[in-house]
Amino acid sequence: MIKQSLAMAVVAGATLASVTMAAAIPAQAREQIRIVGSSTVFPFSTAVAENFGKTTNFKTPVVESTGTGGGMKLFCAGAGEDTPDITNASRRIKKSEYETCTKNGIEITEVKIGFDGIVLANAKSAKRLTLSKQEIYLALAKQVPGPDGKLIDNPYHTWNQINPALPATKIEVLGPPPTSGTRDAFVELAMEGGARTFDTLKALKKENKKAFKAVAHTLREDGAYIEAGENDNLIVQKLEANPKAVGIFGFSFLDQNADKLQGAIVDGIEPTFEKIAGGDYGVSRSLYFYVKQQHVDQVPGIKEFVAEFTNDRAWGEDGYLVDKGLIPLPAADRKAMRDAANGMASLSM
Amino acid sequence: MTDTTATPLTRPQRGSSPRLLRQRHAAERRFRIYGISAIVIAAVVLVALLGSIANRGASAFFQTEIALDIYFDPEVIDPEGTRAPDALYSANYQTLAKRALATRFPEVTDRRAKRALTRLISSGAGFELRGMVLATPALIGTTARYWIKSSDDVDSFVKNNVARDAPESDRRVKDNEIVWLDALIASGDLGTRFDTTFFTASDSREPEQAGIWGAVVGSFLTLVVTLSLSFPIGVLAALYLEEFAPKNRWTDLIEVNINNLAAVPSIVFGLLGLAMFLSIFGMPRSAPIVGGLVLALMTFPTIIIAARAALTAVPPSVREAALAVGASKLQVTLHHVLPLAMPGVMTGTIIGMARALGETAPLLMIGMVAFIVDIPGSFTDPATVLPVQIYLWADSPERAFVAKTSAAILVLLAFLVAMNALAVILRRRFERRW
Repeated sequence: MIKQSLAMAVVAGATLASVTMAAAIPAQAREQIRIVGSSTVFPFSTAVAENFGKTTNFKTPVVESTGTGGGMKLFCAGAGEDTPDITNASRRIKKSEYETCTKNGIEITEVKIGFDGIVLANAKSAKRLTLSKQEIYLALAKQVPGPDGKLIDNPYHTWNQINPALPATKIEVLGPPPTSGTRDAFVELAMEGGARTFDTLKALKKENKKAFKAVAHTLREDGAYIEAGENDNLIVQKLEANPKAVGIFGFSFLDQNADKLQGAIVDGIEPTFEKIAGGDYGVSRSLYFYVKQQHVDQVPGIKEFVAEFTNDRAWGEDGYLVDKGLIPLPAADRKAMRDAANGMASLSM
Repeated sequence: MTDTTATPLTRPQRGSSPRLLRQRHAAERRFRIYGISAIVIAAVVLVALLGSIANRGASAFFQTEIALDIYFDPEVIDPEGTRAPDALYSANYQTLAKRALATRFPEVTDRRAKRALTRLISSGAGFELRGMVLATPALIGTTARYWIKSSDDVDSFVKNNVARDAPESDRRVKDNEIVWLDALIASGDLGTRFDTTFFTASDSREPEQAGIWGAVVGSFLTLVVTLSLSFPIGVLAALYLEEFAPKNRWTDLIEVNINNLAAVPSIVFGLLGLAMFLSIFGMPRSAPIVGGLVLALMTFPTIIIAARAALTAVPPSVREAALAVGASKLQVTLHHVLPLAMPGVMTGTIIGMARALGETAPLLMIGMVAFIVDIPGSFTDPATVLPVQIYLWADSPERAFVAKTSAAILVLLAFLVAMNALAVILRRRFERRW
């Protein structure tokens, strides 16, 4: 008797609970800011969100790491309250994305927050690499110009085949997958930069931009370039275990693991905080976030959040974002950007 | 026909030859060795995996702290002297900790060195002090010795994760900081103690302030929704299909579909959740209610299958006896069959729940893979779950999160083991064999 009534009670109670829950689907206004976007900006955005939540009476913003492209898609989907208020980007918004936004009635404010260097690094137990962009291109492209200038499949298997000064080890590079903004930026800055050093490819770029991009942006698929997933920590661990391998990731991971890894010198410049901040290091990009103006008055705290982000205690030279690996804008740019951001200047392209 | 009668006659002769017998025995021995080595390999891999996780994670349960004499300066906290909660809330408490450090090391005067000095303590130290003052405003104006959390860099250094003899430029803890730390250690003002924050706080960008409580609450809320939907639906469907439904093509079709549903990859349920619950019904993103609904869809086929197996195992004699004394079909089912099958149903449910507890893929699509600091208070608040927390920490650049990741994995494993143990106990206690 006890057992059967227990069973009945469990079933009945659970059914009741599920019915009440299904009925209690909410319709209340949103209280906290919602942020989506780049996984590179994620550490900075979350650090500001946390400080904002702890020092003000607003709720802590919710930050999702969706990738730059995924974030733009969600952000530009509409102006309704179920869409995000801010999206982070590790590249500038594309024209096509801007047009989608405008078409959906969204006005945006652009905030450039700083720089991020992309480094090629290997373990301290190996020799530090000194590379040029051309050598990076030759090591990683699927197709490279052959001796007669025609495109051939990448014939290089060891670094010293490219340049006798490089070590005689197998080319083995761990890097991000195509969904990553880091990969986009790396391909654009390092690979394209390397491809442009060949006259034939330079000529190709002039006559057929698409064909040039296909050559410069396609990484080899014969095992020399290994897609290691979005997790940069995994690459760091693999580099430690295999001193012959080289990894591609953001500067902040090199900064945190400086006792284990060393960054390759690219075109004569070592990836250091100062060199990236000064714009000397060639493989660095700007980081952004975009604010939906239609939400500024609807969701509490957006203005204050932007103010916190653009405060020197956050993004300044001594700010807490620098501890997280952000490379700040020069002081004059910061001031101009802060004024534009806090005034919610509209972006037009 | 002649062939079939001929073979049994010749076989025993051939099989009984000593050579063949030896071969058969050898084959059996080999098979046993394969079996044992399979088990040994599995056990070694398991021990190695758990060992490496436990080894890495153990240090995350402890936190380096620095003892400082904090003076709760009324000038800093409450210059107006009103003791208004708002003023107490927004005061700069980090200054108090910084001042205490400066008093401890009066020889540090250089501005750069002073900044380095403040990096010894957690940037969240101020929030801890704020918590104390808000709880007991009488502290204002007093001086007392408190253990303040160190920064994650110092913590890693003290736990020997970073080599002391590495070149200074490669260390996040610099030479002058080591001198200060050695002084603190010599005077007994630096110690390592059990870290309760790990169990009481929610996510944070600072490893020393990060904890799993937010994720545990999120997991709990999500599983409550999952259980309260998938259990009744699963049990009712199983009861109907097993006890009441006519056997025809329609019920066969349903049965095949349920079995297929149980094998659908979980990310598909996430996509379904995104399309259905978020886009059509307009439910909030990142909410445990949506996560629970998605996981319920994933779990209830498992429950139906387990419940049907348990119902089939109840012998027909029980049903026939009840029918013979005049019970209706419903009475037979609810009074006799279901209670007898309950242990099996419960076991299936708990195992389904354990699987739901470990899922991240379907939650990615509905926005539960997010940085969430506020601890969720209801089914519609933004929340995250334990496996997602592990995933997010594994992706963080700060070195100290490596240990936190392993520690969170240990906690998740403990929950899973506990749930499976509960399933075993239920089965042992209540299961009846016929």
